[in-house]
Order: sequence, then structure tokens, then C-alpha cells
Amino acid sequence: MKGIHLIPEETNIDFIGKRFIAFALSTIILVASIAIFSVNGLNFGIDFSGGTAIEIGLNEKPDLRDLRAELNDLDLGAISLQTFGKETDVLIRMPQQEGDAEAQKAAIDKVRSTLNNIYGEDQIDYRRVEFVGPQVGEELKEAGAFAIIFSLLGILVYIWFRFEWQFGVAAVVALAHDAIATVGLFSFTQMEFNLSTVAAILMIAGYSINDTVVVFDRIRENLRKYKKLHLKELFNMSVNQMLSRTLMTSLTTVLALVALWIFGGNVIQGFVNALLFGILIGTYSSVYVASPILLYLDVRRIEKAE
Amino acid sequence: MVHIARWKMILIALVVVWGVVYSAPNLLSSETRDWIENTLPSFMPHKTVNLGLDLQGGAHLLLQVAIDEVLKERIDDLEASSRDAIRKEKLGYKKVGTIPNGIRVTPKNAGDAQKIKKIIRRANAEVNVLDSDNGAIDVTFTEQALKGMVDQTMSQSVEIVRRRVDETGTREPIIQRQGEDRILLQLPGIDDPQQIIGLLDKTAKLSFHLVDTDTGRSIGTRNLPLIEEPGRTVPIKRRAILTGEMLTNAQTTLQDGMPVVSFRLNGVGTRRFCDVTRNNVGKPFAIVLDDEVISAPNIRDAICGGSAVISGRFTVQEASDLALLLRAGALPASLKIVEERTVGPSLGADSVEAGKIASIVGLVLIFFFMTFTYSLFGIFANLALVINVALIFALLSGLQATLTLPGIAGIVLTIGMAVDANVLIFERIREELGAGRSVLSAIDAGYSRAMSTIVDSNLTTLIAAVLLYSFGTGPVKGFAVTLGIGIMTSLFAAIMLTRLFVVLWVQKKRPTTLPI
Repeated sequence: MKGIHLIPEETNIDFIGKRFIAFALSTIILVASIAIFSVNGLNFGIDFSGGTAIEIGLNEKPDLRDLRAELNDLDLGAISLQTFGKETDVLIRMPQQEGDAEAQKAAIDKVRSTLNNIYGEDQIDYRRVEFVGPQVGEELKEAGAFAIIFSLLGILVYIWFRFEWQFGVAAVVALAHDAIATVGLFSFTQMEFNLSTVAAILMIAGYSINDTVVVFDRIRENLRKYKKLHLKELFNMSVNQMLSRTLMTSLTTVLALVALWIFGGNVIQGFVNALLFGILIGTYSSVYVASPILLYLDVRRIEKAE
Repeated sequence: MVHIARWKMILIALVVVWGVVYSAPNLLSSETRDWIENTLPSFMPHKTVNLGLDLQGGAHLLLQVAIDEVLKERIDDLEASSRDAIRKEKLGYKKVGTIPNGIRVTPKNAGDAQKIKKIIRRANAEVNVLDSDNGAIDVTFTEQALKGMVDQTMSQSVEIVRRRVDETGTREPIIQRQGEDRILLQLPGIDDPQQIIGLLDKTAKLSFHLVDTDTGRSIGTRNLPLIEEPGRTVPIKRRAILTGEMLTNAQTTLQDGMPVVSFRLNGVGTRRFCDVTRNNVGKPFAIVLDDEVISAPNIRDAICGGSAVISGRFTVQEASDLALLLRAGALPASLKIVEERTVGPSLGADSVEAGKIASIVGLVLIFFFMTFTYSLFGIFANLALVINVALIFALLSGLQATLTLPGIAGIVLTIGMAVDANVLIFERIREELGAGRSVLSAIDAGYSRAMSTIVDSNLTTLIAAVLLYSFGTGPVKGFAVTLGIGIMTSLFAAIMLTRLFVVLWVQKKRPTTLPI
């Protein structure tokens, strides 16, 4: 019994020839991302903005409009409500209160007693209560930024070490492309940007670089093997050779993520959304961004003495 | 060469057996695990994965210690003792004021500066004494003194927090210093931490003072608010008769049907209380907690038995909280909650369940897909994947790493990406076969040529995981742990394990074509 080949053995798609279309598309994505980001900003979760989030489970479907009005009458700043996963689960977000920890506690108590009055104390399941102080929020923001910057640097140094500088530069450009597009997605959809999102962005960076490295590895191998072949053809051949692997791995990863998206519960849904998007854009960029850029960077055929 | 040395085979087999055995407790019921732990030798596996608070439910609190309060106290002490010392030597000062980390003394006569410096140096060991502008002298605590003060305050605070939390009967709390001035408090299974928070936001500094009955005097007297009657203040003498450290025990009891807190004093406290009460019969004294007067009763008789009660208008809960705080001791500085995350048990259980289902569904989908695409080799890869998951759990259990919700996501993602190495190898084998190589040489070339790519791609992800771990906090860390462990086990599973399966199969069947 033979395995079924989802991708024909010998593909000969002209990826490099389509590079101008890809460049146009990428430019649009990047410009749009930056534009949306500068207008909309990010919807920071309480991890970064500070504030309080309360998730409750009810036995009945709540009237969100009434509840919103009722809670906003408490004069605790703009309280936002949304159902969370199930119709009977509600996520309540409350901004940072003026004053110290006492004030935060008092605000949480106020919301709790209002909810208890409306629904009856034994009818509410307090699934999650989170409070992050403003200073901690700032620190987490800083730590998140550090994590992203240092991880990217670490990956870069590694690529530089293993390949020639042209590969490093092309990989960075592809990586920056993916990161900017992901931030653009979060800005556009106003999905909550929190600590898990930082982890997701790093994961996307890891995945994207992984994909790029695999293609680059083959380009390097072919550069040694076919000394006379035209660069464009050689790049096309390399991408085509790796195409079935690229798609297979993307597919298995996407399969796992889809399982997580459907069954993983709503707490990590944002995280999974980011990853799914990241895998699509990462796969696209390793084929259509990283390789064409490498083409322009004048990769010499003479390899380092090894 | 399609061959694996015997010792390597044995090693691989041992790792697999270890993984299966040590991940097994996670599938057993807690009774069975207890039985193993209690009856079998201790090397037998009984540890399971440590669930994070987001999965088992519980409260996570980050407390900030107000170190500056302690510093202010120390500076006040320094100021008072310096004034005393200078006066004692019959020297004069124009002014003594506070500056950051110390005080500034302006001598009356510029000529006394040297003498005053000497006096202050003699009275205080841990200060720098330097000349400042206009003949003033700056006295500041040394770096070492400040660091010692912070460390001492922190270790005392951690200890008192521990005692208070222990008094509430919370099981397996984690209490540790975090960073310069914070305390991390993790309370598994606590879904409403309000009671514990209520116990932590009081420093619980208790002292007994005589009430100043003279009118008009103000030095040595402070007006403090009376809790019983809001708006009224009580003038108390600064000097304390008793302080909280002199208490040896405190309990709630009922007196005339009202809850009161009874306490016992140590030797010094008993004698002092006896003397003061004997000399001040009929006069009022104040019981002060955290700069508020709980009550100010009159002294009816000398109290020399070493025990007494504190009455106020307490509810039963308030009285028992006060007794608990007095037993546990006072915090050196007040605490502020800067982060609180509480997850109820239902959400935790839901998340675990969701994670389980997602992992299993993900696995099954990948099984189908791999078998469909690579046939027998796909099955080899699937088998390796199952063992891979077992190894992840064995390592998590063995290292007692904490599994969080993002950690579960990391595992599911690892399951998806783990097959990548095999895909790279299998695709390469296909290619080599297509290039006209024989079966054995295609397998050999497939493995050796895909290796550099596999190492490169996994190392980059591992770098991301390591950095994520070192810079990340909380949930991000949990994700980094499973991701890092997952990469290592995946490498083992893909490079060693599937290879072993393939080699054994080839040696047995001697195939002329590959089902790939």
C-alpha cells in the first residue's frame, strides 16, 4: 500500500515569477496594518492596561443591555460586558479605579453585590476574577516587549551563524512582515491583546522562521549542487521541492490548532486565532517574501569554505 | 547505513519504557497513586503533572511591601537619636531635617561640626557622615544598611504572611519573595480570597497606651480616631505600655454574650502591665491597632495575672480575625495587592477537560492524515507521536513543572509540529526514491540529508522557547516549558524512534519498494 500524494511529486509552479504580485500584496498588508494600528491602536487586556476582569457563569441567559446599564450606574468607570463562549457566561471588564488596592477591592465588591442582587448569590458561578495594578501592567508590557525583542534577536543570531548574511536579512524581513501583519490583525479585529498574545506572536515568529529555514536550507543545497542554473530557476526549483513538506506541516499544525479552537474553551481562543493566522502568513511569507528577497540580495554561488 | 547499534536500540527502548511508566500515574486515580506511594518503593512513579492555578482553581496574589514605611521609621529613629546624642554632649544644632535615605544636621556653631560628626558616627554604625552645603552635615544610611533593611523587612513580611495564611488552614500555599519588594502568594483551591485579603491588608501593630487626661499638653501626645465612635479622637501618650510582641497568645472568647479577644502576656509584659495598671487605677488607657483606637476603657484594678481581654464592638468574625492577627504578629510594613487572579474550580476543570478533548481530537486527526499520506511510515510516525506525548507528560511529572492552560496549548501545538521532522525525512526519502536510488540508500539519504534542516528548524524554535521562559511571566512561562520539552521529545521521537521502527522493519522485510 502506498501513501497518497496530496501534492503531485513534480510541481513546477513559478513562485518567483509571481513575486511582483506578492510584493504588491505584502505592501498592501503592511501599509494597511500600520495604518490601522496607528488609528485603532491595540485592545490591551488587563494584563497590560491594568484593571479588573470578572468572568461569571449564570444559569439563565442574561439581558446584557440591562446588566450593562445596571453596572454602569455604579459609577466605576466604563464597564464593558460581553458573552464569553457560552450565552450564559459573561465577561465583565472594569477599568483601573482611582486610589489604592482598597478602592479596587471595594469596586469588585460593589459589582459582586450588584450581580448577587440581580441573579441571587447561589445562581452565580464566579469563574474567574483578575485584577492587575497599573504598575504591574506596565512591567508586564515591558517584559512582553523584551521577550519578543530578545527572541527575535536570538533567532537572528542563529540564522546569521548558520547561513550567510543575505539569508539572515531575508529571514528578518519575512519575520518582521509576519509580526507586523499579526499586530495589524489584532488592531483591525480589536481582539484582546494580552500576555498569551505575546506568546502567540513569538510562536508565530518561531514557526515562520522554521518554514523559512527549511526553504533556505534547500536553496543552499541547490546552490552547491547546480552551479550553472539560473538563480530564478534554482529558487523556484527549491521552493517547489519543499512545497509538499511546507503544506504537510502547515496542515498538521492547523489540524491540531483547529481541534484546540473548537474544543479548547474560550479562554485560549484568542491565542489560537493568532496562531492560525500566523501559520497562514508564515507559510506565505517563507515562499513569497523570504525567497524573492534573497534573490535580490545577490547570494553568491561560492559558498563559504566548509 | 540502515543500521542502528545494539546499545543505541537498548537506550531508545529504555527511554520509551521510562516515558510510558512515568507518565502512567497521570492516568491513574488518586487512590491508586496513593497506594503506590505508600506501599511500593519510593522510586516507583507516583508523581503527576502539577496543575497551575488556572487549571485547578485557586488564587494568585502579588503583594507589594511598602518598604518606604520602614525606611521612614528608621530615618525618624536616626533623627531622634541624633538629636538626643548631640544634646547629651551639650552641643547645639540649628536644625535637623530629613533628606532621602537620611537626615541633615545644621550645627549652631560651625566649629562644632567635627565634634557632632564624631558623635553621630559613634552612635550609629551603618551611616555615611558627609559635609554638605552651608556647613550642614548629611547623615545617610549606607548601601549595605539599606539592602539589609530591605532584606530583613521582606523576610519578616514573608514569614508573617505565611503565619497568617497558615492560621486560616489553607492547604499547600506558595509564599515567596519576588523581585525587590514583592511577595507572591499562591493559594490552590481558594476561589474567594477575600477573607485572606482581609487578613493581609492590616499590618496589625498593636500597642497599649495611657490616655492623656491633661488638657493643653501636646508634646508626647497623639490624637487617634476611635473606631467605636467615628469622628471622635482619643489623645494618647506616645510611649506604649505594651506592644504586640509581648503577646504570647490570643483567643476569641465570649464575655457577657459579646465576642472579645483574650490574650496572654510574656514575663516582661506581665510585669509592665502590672506596674502601670497599679499606678493608674481609675484612669483610661487605649488599645491601639494600626493607628486606630479599638477601645479606651478605664483601669478598674491592677492587672497582674498576665492575661486580659480586648473588648470592642466586634462581630464574631472580626474578633476571631483580630485574635489571628495578634497570634501571627505584626507586619513590618503594610502590604498592597498589585495583582490578583482567581480562578474558580469550575473554570479550571472545564479547561482541563477542554485541553484533553482538544489534544485527543488533534492527535486523531493527525493520525488519519499521516497514515493517509505516508501509509506504513505514517503509522510509524503516529506510534512515535503517542510515545512523544507520553514522554512530555513523564518529563512534566518528573520535573514537577507546572502545567497551565497556555501550556496545554503548547502541547497541542507540539503535537501538530512534532510530525514536521518526520515529514521532512519522508519527503526527502520520496525525493531520493524519485531520483532513482535504491530503497536502502534512499532511506539513508533521507535521514542524513534532512538532519541539518531538522536541527536548524528545531533549534530556532528552542531558542524562542528558552527566551520566552526567561523573560516571560506566569502563563507565558507555562507555555514556554511545554514548548521546550515538546521540542526535545519530538526530536527524540522523530530522529531516534521512527528511525528505529523503520530500520527494524527494513531488516525484517528486506523490501524492494517503499510504501511511502
